[in-house]
Amino acid sequence: MADQPLWEVFVRARRGLSHVHVGSLHAADAEHALRNARDLYTRRQEGVSVWVVPAASISASAPEDKDAFFDPAEDKVYRHPTFYPVPEGVEHL
Amino acid sequence: MTDPGTDEAHQRRFDAMITAEERIEPRDWMPDAYRRTLIRQIAQHAHSEIIGMQPEGNWITRAPSLRRKAVLIAKVQDEAGHGLYLYSAAETLGVGRDELLDLLHQGRQRYSSIFNYPTVTWADVGAIGWLVDGAAITNQVPLCRCSYGPYARAMVRICKEESFHQRQGFDILYTLARGTDAQRRMAQESVDRWYWPSLMMFGPPDSESTHSEQSMAWNIKRFSNDELRQRFVDMIVPQAEALGLTLPDPALKWSAERGHYDFGTPDWDEFMQVLKGNGPCNRQRLEHRRTAHEEGAWVREAARAHAAKSRARQRAAA
Repeated sequence: MADQPLWEVFVRARRGLSHVHVGSLHAADAEHALRNARDLYTRRQEGVSVWVVPAASISASAPEDKDAFFDPAEDKVYRHPTFYPVPEGVEHL
Repeated sequence: MTDPGTDEAHQRRFDAMITAEERIEPRDWMPDAYRRTLIRQIAQHAHSEIIGMQPEGNWITRAPSLRRKAVLIAKVQDEAGHGLYLYSAAETLGVGRDELLDLLHQGRQRYSSIFNYPTVTWADVGAIGWLVDGAAITNQVPLCRCSYGPYARAMVRICKEESFHQRQGFDILYTLARGTDAQRRMAQESVDRWYWPSLMMFGPPDSESTHSEQSMAWNIKRFSNDELRQRFVDMIVPQAEALGLTLPDPALKWSAERGHYDFGTPDWDEFMQVLKGNGPCNRQRLEHRRTAHEEGAWVREAARAHAAKSRARQRAAA
C-alpha cells in the first residue's frame, strides 16, 4: 500500500473540545482518507469534526532525547503557583 | 544502537517502565523480542477480526427480519473496523499493512481457530455473539491495560463495541429459546456446537502454553489462559440458565470449595487439528479472503487513479 499513504486521524468529540488522535488508516488522497476516517472512527457518533494528516508530514520529538529535551522545564518550579507561600488569611490569591 | 552499553541502558530503562506500569509508545526503544511478540499477537488478532466477518456474513442475506439484518450488518462492519484499528496499531511497530495481509493470505500468520467452524443455522449467529464474542471480551478486557500503548488504546475501543455484539447474540438466543419447539431446539443445538470451541479460544492449558510466561512478564498478558477460561465459564453458566438452555458439559458443577464452577476438558486434539489447518472451514475461509482481496483490486486501482488525476488537475490549475 505504498501508493496509498498512511494518514493519522484526529477527531473532535464535540464542540468545545480539541481534536484528539484516534488512529491511522491508508487512503489514496485526503478526500478518500476523510471518508474512510468517517466510516472507521465515527460509526457511533464519536465526532463532529475530523482531521486527517499525512503521517509523513508529522515531525516528532525523539523519545530517547526525552530527558534533555524537556529538561529546561524541570528546574523552574517557580512557574507553578504552589511555589509561592501564601500568608495565612489571604484569600482569592 | 549497536553499542552494547547503549542497548543495556535502553533495556534498563525499558524494564523500569514495565515495572512502573508505564506504557511503551511507538518510538520508544524496545527489545526485538517484545516487538516481534506484539507484531505476531496484534496481527493475529487483526486477522481474526477480518476472517471473523465470514461466518456471520454468511447470514446477512438470510437474516429473519429487516431489524436483525440491519443489526448483523452493523456487527460485521464493526469486525472490519476492529481489524483496521488493530492493523493500525501493528503498523506503529514498523510493519507494513500490505505485508501483514500477504502473511495472512500466504497462511504464514494465524487467525483465531474459532472462525474455522461453520455457521449452519441462524441460531449460530446468536451463539457466536453470546459465546464467541463473550469469550473474546473476557480475553480482551485485560488487554486494555496491556503495556503497549497503541494496542491498549485499540482494545478500549474494541471492548466498548464488543458489548453490543455479545448482547445482540444473547438477544437472538433468548428470542429463539422462547419461540416454537423447533426454534428452541435450534438454539440448544447451536449452543451445543459452540460451547467447546469457545472454551478453546483461551488457548491451550497453562501447562502447555508456549508464549504465556514472557508475555505476562512484559505486561502484555495479564491473566493466564486457564484463569480467563474459568472466568468465562463462571460468567456464562448463570446466563445459560437465564436463556433456559443447557451447556453440553457433564462435568459442569458449582464448587463451593473453590468458589468457581468446575468444568470439563475441551478436546485438545480437535483444537490442534483445527490449528494445523484441518478444521471444517480453514481452506474455505482463506480462499474467500484471497478472492475478496483480489476482487477489490480494481477499487484500490480506481482510488489511486482518481488521486493521481486530481493531483494533475490541481497542478495544471496552479
